[in-house]
Amino acid sequence: MFKADTAAVAKSAPRRAMLRVAGLVALALFALLLPRVATALGNPALISLATRMVIYAIAAASLNLILGYGGMVSFGHAAYFGVGGYAVGILYYHFSAGEPFLGFIPGTNQFLVALAAAILTSALFALVLGALSLRTAGLQFIMITLAFAQMVFFLFVSLKYYGGDDGLIVRRRDVLFNLNMADDTTYYFVCLAVAVVYHVVFWRLVGSQFGLVLGGIRQNERRLAAIGISTYRYKLVAFVIAGAGAGLAGALMANFAKFVSPDMLNWSRSGELMIMVILGGGATLLGPAVGAVLLIGLETVLTGWTEHWQFYLGPILILIALFTRDGILSLFKDGSGGRD
Amino acid sequence: MTETLLRIANLTKRFGSLAASDGLSLDVLDGELHAVIGPNGAGKTTLISQLFGEIVPDDGAIWFAGRNINALSTAERVRIGLARSFQITQLLLDYTALDNVALAVQAHRGHSFRFWANARRDRPVRERALETLARIGLERRADTAVSEMSHGEQKQLELAIALATRPRLLLLDEPMAGLGPAECATTVELLRGLKSETTILLVEHDMEVVFALADRISVLVNGRCVITGTAEDVRNDETVRTAYLGEGDL
Amino acid sequence: MTLAIEQILNGVQFGVMLFLLAAGLTLVFGIMRIINLAHGSFYMIGAYGAAFAAQQTGSLVLAVLAGLAAAAAAGAVIEYVVIRRLYSRDYVQQVLATFGLILFINEGATMLFGREPLYVPMPAALSGVVQIIPGILYPAYRLVIIATGLLVAVALSLFVNKTRMGMLVRAGSTHREMVRALGVNVRLLYTFVFGLGALLAGLGGVLAGPVLAVQVGMGEQILILTFVVVVIGGVGSIRGAFAGAMIVGITDTLLRVLLPVVLRSVMTVSQADALGAGLSSMGIYLVMAAVLLIRPQGLVRVQS
Repeated sequence: MFKADTAAVAKSAPRRAMLRVAGLVALALFALLLPRVATALGNPALISLATRMVIYAIAAASLNLILGYGGMVSFGHAAYFGVGGYAVGILYYHFSAGEPFLGFIPGTNQFLVALAAAILTSALFALVLGALSLRTAGLQFIMITLAFAQMVFFLFVSLKYYGGDDGLIVRRRDVLFNLNMADDTTYYFVCLAVAVVYHVVFWRLVGSQFGLVLGGIRQNERRLAAIGISTYRYKLVAFVIAGAGAGLAGALMANFAKFVSPDMLNWSRSGELMIMVILGGGATLLGPAVGAVLLIGLETVLTGWTEHWQFYLGPILILIALFTRDGILSLFKDGSGGRD
Repeated sequence: MTETLLRIANLTKRFGSLAASDGLSLDVLDGELHAVIGPNGAGKTTLISQLFGEIVPDDGAIWFAGRNINALSTAERVRIGLARSFQITQLLLDYTALDNVALAVQAHRGHSFRFWANARRDRPVRERALETLARIGLERRADTAVSEMSHGEQKQLELAIALATRPRLLLLDEPMAGLGPAECATTVELLRGLKSETTILLVEHDMEVVFALADRISVLVNGRCVITGTAEDVRNDETVRTAYLGEGDL
Repeated sequence: MTLAIEQILNGVQFGVMLFLLAAGLTLVFGIMRIINLAHGSFYMIGAYGAAFAAQQTGSLVLAVLAGLAAAAAAGAVIEYVVIRRLYSRDYVQQVLATFGLILFINEGATMLFGREPLYVPMPAALSGVVQIIPGILYPAYRLVIIATGLLVAVALSLFVNKTRMGMLVRAGSTHREMVRALGVNVRLLYTFVFGLGALLAGLGGVLAGPVLAVQVGMGEQILILTFVVVVIGGVGSIRGAFAGAMIVGITDTLLRVLLPVVLRSVMTVSQADALGAGLSSMGIYLVMAAVLLIRPQGLVRVQS
C-alpha cells in the first residue's frame, strides 16, 4: 500500500470529494439528456442501447453485492436475471390467455405487480440455490453456482408450454399508471428511475451494519467467526438480496425486449455480468454501472466492425485481467482504493 | 473457593502419526491468568485452536463455565464468552483500526441484520470502540487502514478486538511475538490491568513476561501437561528443566 | 435387459469421456488452485484437430496424432502466455482471463472452420458391432472409447502412485510449500500438469469426433458437466474424478432414456419428450445438490 504524505492526503480528500460530486452530477445530466441528444442526432437506437445499459447496470450492481463486497465468486447470477424475466413473461402470458398460473395465481400486466413477483421469485430461487451453494467455498463454489445456473437454464428449456428453447414473446409492455410504456423514451426513464432507487438502496445497504459485516467476510472470514459472527447467515442473506436485484433487472429486460428466452440464463451471460463487475472495479457503488456501459459499448462498437468481434474482445479481457488490479476504475484512482 | 472456568479433559488430536495433543488435561480457574509454556512443538497453538473451535479434537472434552462446548462452532463459543488473539494476525486489512474494533463491538451487541442506518455513524458502537482502542493506546491510529499499520500496532489491534467482545475467557496466542521492547512493556501492563476483568489463558515464549504475570503456569511437553503450579513450582521442577534443556535458562 | 446393459454401457462411455476431462481439471484445480474455464477448449481443439486431419488425409493414426498434438501444443502455449501469470492472482482475475480465452479460441475456431458442425466419419475398422456377451451386440467404436478411458485411468493411477513424478504431483496438491522447499522446480511441475490436463482433454475430443457433433461450443457444454464431476468426486482427487464421472455418466444417460418413457404415460409423446429431455438435463445437478448436502467436500476428500 502506498504511504502517502498525510498533509497531501488531507489536502486532496476534499478535492476528491468534490470530483466525486462533479462526476455524479455530470453522469446524471448525461443520463437525463440522452434521449434529447439521441433524437437530435437522428439516432433513436441510442435510446435502446442506453436502456440496455441501465438494465445491465442494475444486474451487475446486484452481483457486485456478493462478488465485489462479499467476495463470493458466483458464476451463476444470470439464473436469477432469467427467473425475473420469466416471472414477467409468464404472468403476462396468463393475463392475456385469461387463465391463472398453476390454477390459482392470476396473470397480470401491471408493471409494479409483475416487478414484485419477479423480485420474490428470484429471491426464492436464490434462497434455495444459495443455501446449498454456500456450504462450499472457493473453487467449488464457483463451479457449483455455474452448475446450478445450468440446471435452471434446462428447467426453462424444458418448459415447452412457455416456449422452451424458442423463448416467450411478451406482446405488450406492462402497464404503469397511465404512462405510455410502448414509447422507448418513456420506458428508458422508467428504467432510469428504477436504477436510481436501486442504487440509493444499495448505497445505504453497503454502509449499514450488514454491509460492514459483508465487507468483513470478504477480507477475512476467520476473523469474523472470531468475533462471534456466524458468517453463513449473512452470506445467504446477501445472496438472496443479490438474486432479487438480478430478478428486478430481468423483469425490466423482459419488458424492454418484449421477449424472454433461456438465453437470458446462459452461462456466458453470467460471465458477462462478472466481467461488468470486474471491469468497473468491485466494491464501488458505480463500478458495475461503468462496467456495464463499457462492455455493452465495446460489444456494440466491435460488432459494427466485424462479425468476429469476440476474437478481439477475448484478448482485451485477458489483458485487463492480467494487468489491472481492480478493474478499469482503479486506473483512475490513487492507491487509497476508494472502497466504500 | 474459586471455580473452574475452563476444564480440558483428555484432549487428543493427531496429525498423521504426530500427536499434537495427547490426552491433555488442564484446568483454568475463574479470574486467574494462566500461562501455558513448553518447548517448540509441544502443541500450544493446537490447544488454543481446539479450545476456540477451529480444530476438532479426535477425543476429549472441553467444559466452559460448566458446559460442554465440544459441539459449538467458533462463532458460538465467542458468543458465550470466549475470545482469542491470533499469533499471525487476522485483521480486516482494508478497514481502519476503528472499523475492526467497532465490528467486534457491533457483533457483541447482537445480530447485524440492519440494512439502512450508516454503521459508521452508530455513536454508541463507535464510542465504545474508540474507548477500547484508547485502552490499548491506539486511539491516534483509529482512522488508519490496518494495511498501513506496523506489525506491532497490528498485534495490539488484535488484543483490542478480542477485548471488544467483553470475553469471560481470553485466549492469547503469543501476543508478544514480534513486538519491540516498548510495545512489549505496554502490553504487559495492559494484561496486568486486565487480570481483574477477565480470565486469561496465555501462551507465551517470553519467560520474563510469563513469570511476571501468571498466577499459575502449565507446562506442555509433547502434547501433555506435565505440571501445573506457581512460578516457583515450575522453576524447580525436574521434568521441566529436562524438557527445556538446551532451550535457555528458565 | 439388453436395453439396460446397452444403456449402462452408453453411460460408462459417456462417463469415460467426462473422466478424461475431469482428471486434468481436478489436477489443475487441486495443484495449482487455478480455475481454467478454457479447459473445454482443449477438448474442442482435439476434436477439430483430429477431424481436420481425418478429412485431409483419411488416416486414422494421423488424425489421432494431429488431435493430440494440437491439444498439447495449445496447452503449452496457453500455459506459457496466460496461465503462468495467473498463479498468484485472485479467482476473479482467473475467471476473467480464461473467459477471454474461451471467446478468443471459440471465435478463432469459427473463423477457421465455420459455424456448421464438422462431420467426422467413423473409422472403417471400428464401425462394426461386437458381441460382448452372447446375444448382446454393442458398437465397436464405443467399446474402444471405454477401453481407452479405462486404460488411461489405470495408467494415471499407476503414474500418480508409483512414479517419482507422480509423487511430486500428489505432493504438489497437498503440500505445496514443502514441494517448493525441497527444491523441486515448481514452475516445471505446473507446466507439466497443465499440459497433461490439456492432452487428456484433447484425447477426449479426438474420441468424441465420430459420435458427437464437432462444433464450436462443444467444449463449454461438457465443461459444466465436468465441473459437476469434480465437485461430486472431490477437488484434487483422480479416484474421485473417476467415481464422479461414472456416477454422472451413467445417471445422466439412464435419466435421458427412462424419464421420457415414464412421462409418456401421463402426457403426449412430444410433451413427454421435451419435458423428459429438460428434466433429465436437470437431474444430474440435483444429484450434485444431494451430494453437497451430505458431503460438501465431495466423495473423496483430499487433505490440504
